[in-house]
Amino acid sequence: MSTTVAEAPALPRVHYLNATYGIRSWLLTTDHKRIALLYLTSITFMFFIGGAAAVLMRLHLIEPQGALVQPETYNKLFSIHGIVMVFFFLIPSIPAVLGNFLVPMMIGARDLAFPRLNLLSWYIYVVGACFTLYAIVSGGVDTGWTFYTPYSSTYAHTNVMAAAVGVFITGFSSILTGLNFIVTIHKMRAPGLTWFRLPLFIWSIYATSIIFILGTPVLAITIFLLALERLLHVGIFDPAVGGDPLLFQHLFWFYSHPAVYIMVLPAMGVVSELIAAFSRKRIYGYSFVAFSSFAISIISFLVWGHHMFVTGQSIYAGLIFSVLSFLVAIPSAIKVFNWTATLYRGSISYQAPMLYALGFIGLFTMGGLTGLFLASLAVDVHLNGTYFIVAHFHYIMVGGAVMAYMGGIHYWWPKITGRMYPDGWARFAALVIFVGFNLTFFPQYMLGYLGMPRRYAVYPSEFQVLNVMSSAGASILGIGYLIPLIYLVWSMRYGPVAGPNPWKAKGLEWETSSPPPTENFEETPIVTEEAYAYARPAAPPAARRPVTEGAHD
Amino acid sequence: MRSAFQSLFPPGTPAVMCLGFPLHPAGASTIARGVDHLYFFLTALTLFFTILIFSFILYFMVKYRRRSDDEQPADVKTSMALEMTWTLIPTALCAVMFLWASSLYFENSRPPNASMEIFVIGKQWMWHLQHPEGPREINELHVPLGVPVKLTMTSEDVIHDFYIPAFRIKKDVLPGRYSSIWFEATQLGTFHLFCAQYCGAEHAAMIGWVYVMTPSDYAQWLSGGVKGESMAASGEKLFTQLGCVTCHVANNTGRCPSLVGLYNHTVALRDGRTLLADESYLRTAIVNPNSMPLPGYAPAMPSFQGQINEEQLLQLIAYIKSLGAEEKKSGEK
Repeated sequence: MSTTVAEAPALPRVHYLNATYGIRSWLLTTDHKRIALLYLTSITFMFFIGGAAAVLMRLHLIEPQGALVQPETYNKLFSIHGIVMVFFFLIPSIPAVLGNFLVPMMIGARDLAFPRLNLLSWYIYVVGACFTLYAIVSGGVDTGWTFYTPYSSTYAHTNVMAAAVGVFITGFSSILTGLNFIVTIHKMRAPGLTWFRLPLFIWSIYATSIIFILGTPVLAITIFLLALERLLHVGIFDPAVGGDPLLFQHLFWFYSHPAVYIMVLPAMGVVSELIAAFSRKRIYGYSFVAFSSFAISIISFLVWGHHMFVTGQSIYAGLIFSVLSFLVAIPSAIKVFNWTATLYRGSISYQAPMLYALGFIGLFTMGGLTGLFLASLAVDVHLNGTYFIVAHFHYIMVGGAVMAYMGGIHYWWPKITGRMYPDGWARFAALVIFVGFNLTFFPQYMLGYLGMPRRYAVYPSEFQVLNVMSSAGASILGIGYLIPLIYLVWSMRYGPVAGPNPWKAKGLEWETSSPPPTENFEETPIVTEEAYAYARPAAPPAARRPVTEGAHD
Repeated sequence: MRSAFQSLFPPGTPAVMCLGFPLHPAGASTIARGVDHLYFFLTALTLFFTILIFSFILYFMVKYRRRSDDEQPADVKTSMALEMTWTLIPTALCAVMFLWASSLYFENSRPPNASMEIFVIGKQWMWHLQHPEGPREINELHVPLGVPVKLTMTSEDVIHDFYIPAFRIKKDVLPGRYSSIWFEATQLGTFHLFCAQYCGAEHAAMIGWVYVMTPSDYAQWLSGGVKGESMAASGEKLFTQLGCVTCHVANNTGRCPSLVGLYNHTVALRDGRTLLADESYLRTAIVNPNSMPLPGYAPAMPSFQGQINEEQLLQLIAYIKSLGAEEKKSGEK
């Protein structure tokens, strides 16, 4: 598709990709943009491992008695799928790839505050991933990604410790990344870039970093306690040795519920950027959207008990967790309304990133509203532990977070690589993903209400039709994810040169060349306007490149 | 008998079918209807808001599509009134949902006083169910229609979850403690019983059937099944075998307190706590007696942890409960 650029732009002669050569220049780089690409490569690899496990599961479930594997193997498949997708794809996805690439660019900085720490984060992630991959090839792990005790600590005979250690280690990568972002956002904003001129992506990355720093240590402690019990038989969780089996769930969900928002908040940030850029409007209710991120990140620490309504936790505790869970829904609703209102009187174009953003709004709305079913105590009793839960969180995590991630990758791809991908293919893939996704997960809502429990390797035959529909959807979804892999790789070499700002978007990252130079900006930009200032008759359109000429003063 | 019932009520007949798959599960307990009503309300709300958002997006997409590449739309000022509207309306709706769901949950949590009791033990990977009158079942549960049934449940190993979708009830079954759940069946038939908490290799095989029978059929089933002694009778034998009887003498002259009339009475502990002597209390008192010392008694009782299994524990508790029942009866006379 034509991007209607009048003069054919050329790639800059020296940029961050070709400034230095050789494998060492990548493995020892401290450039946040290169580290973002290291993350991109590794999480894409993990995504396809987790995805392969999902496809095998869905194929297996075509037959009620199981079409493919033994129940033990099925249990390992869903455990691998969950552990890999949550800890090694979703949690690092937007923060570590897009966050790494964009946080310094968006605030007009040369790099993150601690570039070496940033590289260390990636190595920590890789070491953690190696442990988990080892757990998979050395026989697998069958506890589910939730590692519930006393099954994981006493009864499971699979490679629980290797997987858990992998998760433990990779957690430190999150903590360091969060720390790096917070310091960078506080200390390294360009002159004139006040808090309320920040792009909403930065606000949501900041809110996410708070969860990284406050939540992840609790996960580390929990896994440490699990290891103490599994290896040294210290009674912590198993009542047979004097422990409390529910203590694990309290600790685990104290991290893992906020972790859902680690996945969703950055996605919301990406969507705010996309909606603004493709409707050429300032985000409606900017400060409401910004503060709702903080409301979410704080309340998210107080709702963990809604995973435990049927565990026998006191009904009064249930009431409190229920009311707080309803409360956390409200900031999300505010965001959805504001994004929709942003479109009003905009100039809306439908390139691929915008399709992903609109897909996000629709699927996130459905995922969020079905979350209200689960916050409703009496209904949760029926739906907890069924496919309804599976459908709900996939609408949030895949329909929400992965859609936004894909949208973000497409939107900033010309900035990352300097080249455009074929927009027609990209729109087609977005559509395939949207259709495949809904066909996969909508039937699972119905299965859940009918009472089909999750994590069943075999199931009663009356659930078959809906399961076959879901499996058919999963194969479409799988193809939908492969298409971008092909054309994006293709575009790195053969795509048309994009130029600094192919979308005519606002934001500091679009005011430098594509790909940017190693130091991001030739001169430190000075910011004189709020984010998304599309409406203002901007400064002479010819001088787009460095904002800075003359420094406006 | 089992096959006779299965032919009478083909397993898992769903209530509403459409295009070869069920749309709505059977609702066969007093709880189901209330849960379904709330579910329908939530579904309607979800549809309303999804359609609302989608309509606005589609309308804006068409109306405000980009007409030229250099378009610069005018700014729209954020309206405080609008922000307040779409903050307060969802908040009010959430309040309605919360109050509705919570009051229903409260109602559903409390078993009626006159409930019949059945005991459940989950273990990898089967459900063991025991009726106080004696009959034991594996992965099958026979219950009478229209009688409230209270289940007292525990696990011998990992966490399981007892789930009957047609009754809309579910509760985790934990090792080391008792949890309880209740239902009153409103429909004759055969319904799924699932384990809904992942518990290991054969988790998906930890399923069974609930048979709802007329009370007279149930009475016949109770007497016609395997002839076994009642749980309380088994418990009494254990009470003698394990030597409990040497200390816990009925007239309070032994080294330990009498257990007659203990069940469902409050007990004052040495540390000042007052506990209700329910099943959980009795369980802890047997498994870990030193955690609840009584005033006036030396902590002489050994722990029975690991010496008796969950089934025997339930039998002992049934026996202790029967002591209370006898006293009450004699008191009434």
